[in-house]
Amino acid sequence: MKEKDAINFKQKGIKPAWCPGCGNFLILKALQQALAELSLKPQQVVVVSGIGQAAKTPQYLNVHMFNGLHGRALPPATAIKACNPLLTVIAEGGDGDMYGEGGNHFLHTIRRNPDLTHLVHNNMVYGLTKGQASPTSEPGFKTPVQVDGVISEPINPVALAISLDASFVARTFCGNLEQTVEIIKKAIRHPGYALVDIFQPCVTFNKINTFKWFQEHTYFLEGHDVHDRNQAFLRATETGKLPLGIFYQHEKKKTFEQKLTVHQEQKTPFLSRSINRERLEELIKTRQF
Amino acid sequence: MKKVISQITLEQDISIVLCGEAGQGIQTVEQLLTRMLKLSGYYVFATKEYMSRVRGGSNSTQIRVSSKPIQAPVSRIDLLIPLDKEAINHVSSRLGERIIIIGDQEKLDTDKKVINVSFLKMAQEIGKAIYANIIAVGLLLGLLEGDIKAGRVFLKDYFTQKKKEEFVADNIKALERGYQEAKRLIEENLVQVGSFPHLKKSSKVENNLLLNGAEAIGLGAIAGGCNFISSYPMSPSTGVLVFLAQYAHDFNIIVEQAEDEISAINMAIGAWYAGARAMVTTSGGGFSLMTEGLSLAGMIESPLVIHLAQRPGPATGLPTRTEQGDLHLALYAGHGEFPRIILAPGNIEEAYQLMQKAFYWADQFQIPVFILTDQYTMDTYYNIERLSVPQEETVRFIIKTDYDYQRYKLGGKDGLSPRGIPGFGEGLVRVDSDEHDEMGLITEDMSIRNRMVEKRNAKWHQLKKEALIPTLTGTKDYRVLCVGWGSTYYIIKEALDRLDKPDMALLHFQQVYPISETSIDFLKRAKQIISIENNYSGQFSQLLEMQTGISIRSRILKYDGLPFYADELAEEIKDVIEENGGQK
Ligand SMILES: Cc1ncc(C[n+]2csc(CCOP(=O)(O)OP(=O)(O)O)c2C)c(N)n1
Ligand code: SF4
Ligand SMILES: [Mg+2]
Repeated sequence: MKEKDAINFKQKGIKPAWCPGCGNFLILKALQQALAELSLKPQQVVVVSGIGQAAKTPQYLNVHMFNGLHGRALPPATAIKACNPLLTVIAEGGDGDMYGEGGNHFLHTIRRNPDLTHLVHNNMVYGLTKGQASPTSEPGFKTPVQVDGVISEPINPVALAISLDASFVARTFCGNLEQTVEIIKKAIRHPGYALVDIFQPCVTFNKINTFKWFQEHTYFLEGHDVHDRNQAFLRATETGKLPLGIFYQHEKKKTFEQKLTVHQEQKTPFLSRSINRERLEELIKTRQF
Repeated sequence: MKKVISQITLEQDISIVLCGEAGQGIQTVEQLLTRMLKLSGYYVFATKEYMSRVRGGSNSTQIRVSSKPIQAPVSRIDLLIPLDKEAINHVSSRLGERIIIIGDQEKLDTDKKVINVSFLKMAQEIGKAIYANIIAVGLLLGLLEGDIKAGRVFLKDYFTQKKKEEFVADNIKALERGYQEAKRLIEENLVQVGSFPHLKKSSKVENNLLLNGAEAIGLGAIAGGCNFISSYPMSPSTGVLVFLAQYAHDFNIIVEQAEDEISAINMAIGAWYAGARAMVTTSGGGFSLMTEGLSLAGMIESPLVIHLAQRPGPATGLPTRTEQGDLHLALYAGHGEFPRIILAPGNIEEAYQLMQKAFYWADQFQIPVFILTDQYTMDTYYNIERLSVPQEETVRFIIKTDYDYQRYKLGGKDGLSPRGIPGFGEGLVRVDSDEHDEMGLITEDMSIRNRMVEKRNAKWHQLKKEALIPTLTGTKDYRVLCVGWGSTYYIIKEALDRLDKPDMALLHFQQVYPISETSIDFLKRAKQIISIENNYSGQFSQLLEMQTGISIRSRILKYDGLPFYADELAEEIKDVIEENGGQK
């Protein structure tokens, strides 16, 4: 482990605005560690996020940052990667951000399969807006808004992603730091869309799904064939104790960027490309007929 | 027969209307006929109105043919080709006494006099019913003494790429059959061509271009260096998306049909961040969904080009029709305070040029720039002389970053801080939709907040200075000044030509926001200002009043979903002047 290199990805002089003991600290640490271990330079990495506690993560990272709108990290992340495939692009945010407000983008980003890593801090609650239910909150979860407890079924992002044949689907719990670092590394290295749903305790607003709860209700997959989609789906829909680890991987899928002809014909970055003026002249001429 | 076309001799042009159901091929007739007539040496104008359905309904296309440049629709119809039972009814309010109707009498049900031409029977004789349209093209070409040779060559080219030889040969037969039929009508004195004395051909126009507003916007985008478009289909804005997709390979453009407009605009902003030149094309409801993204562009100081093709609202409104009803939407969309530019092309050339200007200004000022068009602009074309390709390389306002780069460095001229791109230079590029410090990191420090608000809005100063001056058409010593913006330019111009009053002029705005400070002088000099807009509330005159303090009392407004007609508008202007008796 090149733990000391993680310092490259630390934002100096800024203290995270999270509550003491929040699971987000561990995710931040895991991500810094993963980036360092992959020997990336800060200049190569763009973290795109939405709005929420989780979405603040890039504020505390020494990388390029696109901190956009609530729910809208995936579209700009896709575009950034499409315009400059040399960049390592990570989209990061909370469960409300990515599965609620941005749910439609979640589905369609899987369809496109851009080569980006999708990190979702899943604390099963809306942290920043002070404790309302999220799309992953369990039925019965009481909040000041859901006064009788949540009555809708939670979303199962892992099963959903597998059902859409997402090219990499994993789940982890930030309390298992080492495994989380490994999974994030694999997700970043994976060529294509990679979802990592990260269980993250919110110590302030979720008194049900605590550190202890996650420890007691999760276990790591063993002897699972990540290329078996049916098995992956079965494992993803297990209840009671929830499996962690890589559920599914489909490496051979072409990425969105690979399918774009703009990168097949020309390799120069978008920035330094110029207009084909002769062709434009010709095209205008065709309107004489 | 009487001299049936005497009206046309007065008008110096002929107005042809083809009317029928969707799916009957009116579009093909329009496409072919206008090209053939132009190649024959005429000026042509074409526009269409259609229902929001793929089959059936009543749709019409107007083609005006003239020996002088002609760029506006008129209500008057000289020659009507009804293609189904409903057609005559659909345009009944526009049928004058001298109208010539040519059609398949059997298929029509009318007490109007119809000159019978059995298009369908003739087509079946050649081989297939679908040739009926080409026979109609031949007939019209013949009546207008168009060049049948040029017609043949054009038709061959038009079909050869897609169709079998036999099909092409039959089509040429159909064209010739129609042409002969025209000669018959003339010989039998059913239609008098001798009454087109003013319709002279000129070899000058042969090389003119024919392209509609959607194509002009698309070409302008390419010329402006656009290499990314993400959008969601919505009439009437889709034509631009389709156009850029057609030429995406030639010009290396990423074209993405997004899952919704929210995604589309956020992608476009992401693309600019990564060094591309991106745009979205959208309409009414689609743009409503984009407004949060617009505000993001304002906050992170991202360039952005938004083509907003207006259609009548609210909500789904009239999907395939025209209106200038979204000016205030573009003006006020997006929460918070940030600068923007709104451009509104008045013709094909302006659409092409303003699109380039939009990319340039968006990049230079790091702001969203709107191009506001409408269905009428998208679907209309007429002869234009040329579109010139930019001579210089596209100017980019991007810097290579240093290690200590700060995206929102304060203290730059007019609020501008150099824009870096991730991966270009050693710096880190941070943009944040939260209020941010110079680094781009979230802050709630109130003094920074103040300075950032002032930084963003300091751009106004330069934007106002560079605003395009409205164009004055007509006398400088006007008493009555008609004011228009965007697509109404040529329609108002023709209306004024028709009135031919020495003391009237037209002030056309191709930039509607911010308006040029010179506007006030133009307005002050008028005794009466008449604002003419395709909407209910006179949105632009409200804006002008707010910005200049001059009140505009005379308004001519139209909001039925159709563009103004030059002939009707002339009458309305006359009425308004008379009613008003010289008041502002
Ligand atoms: C369009 C929009 N709607 C609502 C909000 C308010 N908002 C900010 S964060 C958030 C939810 C946060 O929950 P989650 O994404 O799970 O992140 P967490 O704070 O739990 O990490 C909401 C509703 C917003 N910023 N923008
Ligand atoms: S509210 Fe919850 S998620 Fe937010 S910082 Fe506090 S503990 Fe973490
Ligand atoms: Mg959450």
